[in-house]
Amino acid sequence: MAFQVTKENDVTVVAVEGQLIVGNRQELKQTVLEELESGERKFVVDFDQTGYIDSSGLGVLVSLSKKIREQGGELRLASLNEDLRTLFELTKLDTLFKIADSRAEALQGL
Amino acid sequence: METELVLELPNDIRTIGHAVDYVMDRCTACCEHARKLDLNFRVGLTEALSNAMLYGNAEDPAKRVRIEVVVAGREITARITDEGSGFDPSEVPDPTTPANIVKTGGRGIFLMRSLLDEVTFNEQGNSVTLVLRLEPGDSPGDLEGGVQV
Repeated sequence: MAFQVTKENDVTVVAVEGQLIVGNRQELKQTVLEELESGERKFVVDFDQTGYIDSSGLGVLVSLSKKIREQGGELRLASLNEDLRTLFELTKLDTLFKIADSRAEALQGL
Repeated sequence: METELVLELPNDIRTIGHAVDYVMDRCTACCEHARKLDLNFRVGLTEALSNAMLYGNAEDPAKRVRIEVVVAGREITARITDEGSGFDPSEVPDPTTPANIVKTGGRGIFLMRSLLDEVTFNEQGNSVTLVLRLEPGDSPGDLEGGVQV
């Protein structure tokens, strides 16, 4: 499990490798908040290499989205596979986030 | 034929991913590629363990969580028991309402109930039993004889 941070112009992209669950959610939160505190405002979380997310992982995304919006920024999600999309749809979080099919699509207009 | 797997975990959330992987490896030995198992059971088991460690055992490192998994034919049953005093599952609010959707927590039991065929709690509220039933179309494997775990 790891989070890879890269920069695409002024957008911070965080790739989630493996799982986003209760055991590593704080690591993602800390990673994004450190970028936010350093002045970054545009974020994409890329789930292309993510197996699954649990409710704690969903919760940390809700928390981060709120904190980023409070700072005038935006968080987008990208590359959710069919299983992950199912989780977002079940919890209706697909109505709360901007979800793009790919990283490139998420970066467009951000 | 029934087969059973029993695990006892320390109350450490870092063990959840490994424990779920271990149980999934044993279960998928007979029904690989079954999406209902890969997604529904995996997430349901993760949620049950998270609840047991974070809320049931209140993050107490001295306590433990017990997992009992029984595979019988096309039915997989997992009972997760913590050492806490329990809770009332009927008091858990719907996390999908407009007021609750922006909250950071409260989705675990909802996901369990959405993804599993049965979710029942014991009277004390410190043990949850998850049941997943695989239909013939869910997997290319034949579960009639159970799986050796």
